[in-house]
Amino acid sequence: MKLTLKIWRQADAQARGEMRTYQLDGVSEDMSFLEMLDVLNEQLNASGEEPVAFDSDCREGICGTCGLMINGQAHGPEVTTTCQLHMRTFSDGDEITIEPWRADAFPVVKDLIVDRGAFDRIIQQGGFISANTGSAPEANSVPVPRDKALRSFNMATCIGCGACVAACPNGSASLFMGAKITHLGELPQGQPERDTRVVNMVAQHDHEGFGGCTNIGECTAACPKEIPLDVISQLNKDLRTALKHGH
Amino acid sequence: MAMTDPSGTVPTNKPSVQVSDDAAGYYTPGEPLVDPRTPTGPIATRWTNRKFENRLVNPANRRKLTVIIVGTGLAGGAAAATLGEAGYNVKSFCYQDSPRRAHSIAAQGGINAAKNYKEDGDSVHRLFYDTVKGGDYRSRESNVYRLAEVSANIIDQCVAQGVPFAREYGGLLDNRSFGGVQVSRTFYARGQTGQQLLIGAYQALERQVAAGTVSMYTRHEMLDLITVDGKARGIIARDMVTGAVETHTADVVVIASGGYGNVFYLSTNAMGSNVTAAWRAHRKGALMANPCYTQIHPTCIPVSGDHQSKLTLMSESLRNDGRIWVPKNKEDCDKDPRDIPEEDRDYYLERIYPSFGNLVPRDIASRQAKNVCDEGRGVGPMVGDFRRGVYLDFSDAIARLGKKGIEAKYDNLFDMYERITGENPYEVPMRIYPAVHYVMGGLWVDYDLQSNVPGLFVSGEANFSDHGANRLGASALMQGLADGYFVLPNTIREYLADGPFEAIGDDHPDVVAARESVQGRIDRFLAINGERSADSYHKELGNLMWEYCGMERTAEGLRKAIDGIRELKRDFWSNLKVLGTADSLNQSLEKAGRVADFLELGELMCIDALNRRESCGGHFRAESQTEDGEALRIDEEFAYVAAWEFTPAVENDPNEPQGSMGTPVLHKEDLLYTAIEMKQRSYK
Repeated sequence: MKLTLKIWRQADAQARGEMRTYQLDGVSEDMSFLEMLDVLNEQLNASGEEPVAFDSDCREGICGTCGLMINGQAHGPEVTTTCQLHMRTFSDGDEITIEPWRADAFPVVKDLIVDRGAFDRIIQQGGFISANTGSAPEANSVPVPRDKALRSFNMATCIGCGACVAACPNGSASLFMGAKITHLGELPQGQPERDTRVVNMVAQHDHEGFGGCTNIGECTAACPKEIPLDVISQLNKDLRTALKHGH
Repeated sequence: MAMTDPSGTVPTNKPSVQVSDDAAGYYTPGEPLVDPRTPTGPIATRWTNRKFENRLVNPANRRKLTVIIVGTGLAGGAAAATLGEAGYNVKSFCYQDSPRRAHSIAAQGGINAAKNYKEDGDSVHRLFYDTVKGGDYRSRESNVYRLAEVSANIIDQCVAQGVPFAREYGGLLDNRSFGGVQVSRTFYARGQTGQQLLIGAYQALERQVAAGTVSMYTRHEMLDLITVDGKARGIIARDMVTGAVETHTADVVVIASGGYGNVFYLSTNAMGSNVTAAWRAHRKGALMANPCYTQIHPTCIPVSGDHQSKLTLMSESLRNDGRIWVPKNKEDCDKDPRDIPEEDRDYYLERIYPSFGNLVPRDIASRQAKNVCDEGRGVGPMVGDFRRGVYLDFSDAIARLGKKGIEAKYDNLFDMYERITGENPYEVPMRIYPAVHYVMGGLWVDYDLQSNVPGLFVSGEANFSDHGANRLGASALMQGLADGYFVLPNTIREYLADGPFEAIGDDHPDVVAARESVQGRIDRFLAINGERSADSYHKELGNLMWEYCGMERTAEGLRKAIDGIRELKRDFWSNLKVLGTADSLNQSLEKAGRVADFLELGELMCIDALNRRESCGGHFRAESQTEDGEALRIDEEFAYVAAWEFTPAVENDPNEPQGSMGTPVLHKEDLLYTAIEMKQRSYK
């Protein structure tokens, strides 16, 4: 198939970016979206124009590195990561607009690449259980009810891609935080730090310039791992409890 | 029959003596290699004794000692967190934008541990035995025993960190049997065990970043090892955002940069997975051991065309219910498989291996798939001259268990398959083909995980030590975390007890030389201004490697590959085209450096494979097989570790700024077993 691609080009964080239009022919429907961009880049390299910079790594939907706004939707029209989107979703003659994640807390580094370091800094403030190597008790000494272990796991499947932030009109990372709060909060091991965890993570979130949540729900719709909206209720509940405890 | 020796002193086998010399002219014989840190005594006491013998570092001194760790997967991330907790000054590097994205994250199946929670006869000794046997008796017994020994601690540690493993109704941990072993010792978190373990290590690491013990350098790539007076003293790294070439000195350097499967271009590795950190260390004197040992996984989604950028693994549990077949007749290969009658199908694994059928080991399943495709009986799209795919058919299983039954077991895999191929496997048989998945080879290390370059340690897939010639399922995660959490922190202290070492300034002549050499290479990439992209060279190298150094290797093919790679290398250095600048984010430039190193590694892999005229584990030499076409191991000649030393070329290609690769020197380390006896395997 033949496509018209409108792609955001920006030389570096300081530069003024612009949309540029490219024609690409011979796209197979078996290509992944990123393989389609690989083909474009080979073409650009041959013609003397610097290839489009974009992030990807595992290309199997688990590392969370890739992430593009495709026709205004985070990761495109399907519930999956950009790397798992295939060209059979599109049709010959389509015009596709490709932009980086848009959020104040995710500054553009180059072209389609953004800086998501803010996510790591939120985790640093409490997204963990303090358990130094060697200090752990026997693994089966603390049973975990199966339903709680399952909910914990489901929330721990968050890949930290940032689609929730990119999709949110407020640029909020509440879904990302709620997933981590719930992953650790469902486990007995996560209880001792439960209050400080939520208070410190939320403080860092706000400090990074992410917006507040107004329950729009775009985040969960865009999430490739289908993290449900109720983790934000869990986040709010944990925060209320922590504040009640005097934090 | 030789008996094993409980005192650990009398070996059950003799040192091997190599008679054949297929690689004559391609290498120089070197001095035999002995691990100077080999432990002695009964096997079960070796690690305990070593932990005691290794000196301690006073807690007050630890913050004065700087440890560089390259890579943040399970091996690197766990080590950085643990050494940070202990109070060392850790500098952690990864090329990804966050340490959480390292490729350990993609491991699906699970992690082995000798907990014996099922009371099914498992033990440290059995896990040890299975791992040595699975590695086809080409690993060190002391290392493997230690791995089995610390496996149980890993599970305790991960649970304490909040890793949400699968549990039974009573709330206790669940286990499953994996990879053909007869005990259930695999802990898992649905099909995302690697992700959950890595997030555990990542969170522990970020906690140390907040505590100020670990400095994190994301989007940084190690481009050289700094050695001073023969010791590793730091790295040269490029900030991949600004392009700045940075100097980082330290008391000790750890490479935990993963495997080099991407030398084949297509593999289940991440796009960025590369050999550069390890290869740079190799060029600075670190030995590369058993580089030809590659694991090829039989159940991957086949290549769909020239655009293919990577391959996706599907859990081999699918082979429990799917039946593998190809058409008997070439003429049927492009037909709708549902129109091919039963009598025209060849269920070749069931035919050749009636007792194991579709559940034969990974390497056999892979090789037979290649054979039927080479005969022209493959299915799916033409890729080059052949169709590269075989059917994995669930229609019998669906008839037996119902669609619901199959859904409950494999739904996520079926969805993934349909997303990638556009075909519904409930309706049409799946197509699968083998893909490169893991490398057992890597930098040579002693029992303490130190390379032959003092002060350079290597952990995880980047080292060679634990899996021999083949790795068992659910053992990669185990090794990464064993090295990172429990082994390295207990061995590195013996080296650091002599520190802190004299500070090395950025203006030290050896540091300046390393930095200038890196800069010179970057400048050269940008200056060639030829016709071809780095990616196109990578693809061509991958084709050569897959064809001649893949599932089946012959002396003739390997020699052809070596010639081809040498020619490709010359073309690369004179006809490469890299646009953009050095002082900005430049993915083409990053790629060029990685491909340059893959080209050298590929040649060494072929030489190693050429020398090893035996079949063992993942390495199959067509010249060494039984009458039935089974792998034939030759212990009398090859029960050794092949450790290769880099040598600069006598005649340099003037286009290569750092000098060309010359004839490598082969050092052999004998493999002697006291706690185990070597046996030939049979699956007939």
